[in-house]
Amino acid sequence: MVPESYYLALSVALFSTGVVGVIVRRNPLVIFMSIELMLNAANLAFVAFGHRLGSNDGQALVFFVMAVAAAEVAVGLAIIVAIFRLRRRLSVDDLSLMRW
Amino acid sequence: MALVAFALIALIALGSALGLVLKRNPIHGALFLVVNLGSIAALYLTLGAEFLAAAQVIVYAGAIMVLFVFAIMVLIPGKEETGPDPRRPWRLLALPAGAILLMLLAVYVVGAPAAPSGRATSGGVEAIARLLFTDYLFPFELTSVLLLAAMVGVLLLARRRA
Repeated sequence: MVPESYYLALSVALFSTGVVGVIVRRNPLVIFMSIELMLNAANLAFVAFGHRLGSNDGQALVFFVMAVAAAEVAVGLAIIVAIFRLRRRLSVDDLSLMRW
Repeated sequence: MALVAFALIALIALGSALGLVLKRNPIHGALFLVVNLGSIAALYLTLGAEFLAAAQVIVYAGAIMVLFVFAIMVLIPGKEETGPDPRRPWRLLALPAGAILLMLLAVYVVGAPAAPSGRATSGGVEAIARLLFTDYLFPFELTSVLLLAAMVGVLLLARRRA
């Protein structure tokens, strides 16, 4: 039996990779995929903790995270497509309109 | 045996996550992310969460990644990351920042005290469904409203105004 802390360690590593991806990359689509990576790392931690505690609540929460992620991806990609229509370029450096 | 399987899947998951971050072409990144989501589904299976593994493959690796690949095909004109990066030194600061975050999270999450283990869980459809329709009934219904709102919002955003 694999101890849950291994799963948690993997989840932490995946989450950090996602954070680095969000900061380093300039393509909004790749940034979005990195966010998905972070969500999945959190989901893995949920399931691992649920397994450790012997309860199914973690899995129910993961279900909700999946639903929210689906909604988020649909809206986010629509926003990116709308931005692309306006600008014809795709780099987060160009999107400084609301910068203080 | 279980440990070997876990190590193999974890290696695939980590490698594909790094591939997503490092590969310049976003379509390669999307394919790496599909591999990553699949390996996480396999990890769910090893944790006894069968329903989530199936949902992961159907919702994430299926629906969400199809959306991503579609958007990439529509938007990206072949190559990627237009021109040299004017803020390269700042962006490279992400590596030490990520390392610090990794250590902090490792201390707090992995070092979380092991709780007394309860009964063994069953991650089958029945157990999850029972939970969703009793304890989590209200959030479950709220999710349907959220999905509807997202659908209407996307229709509004994607409408071509001209």
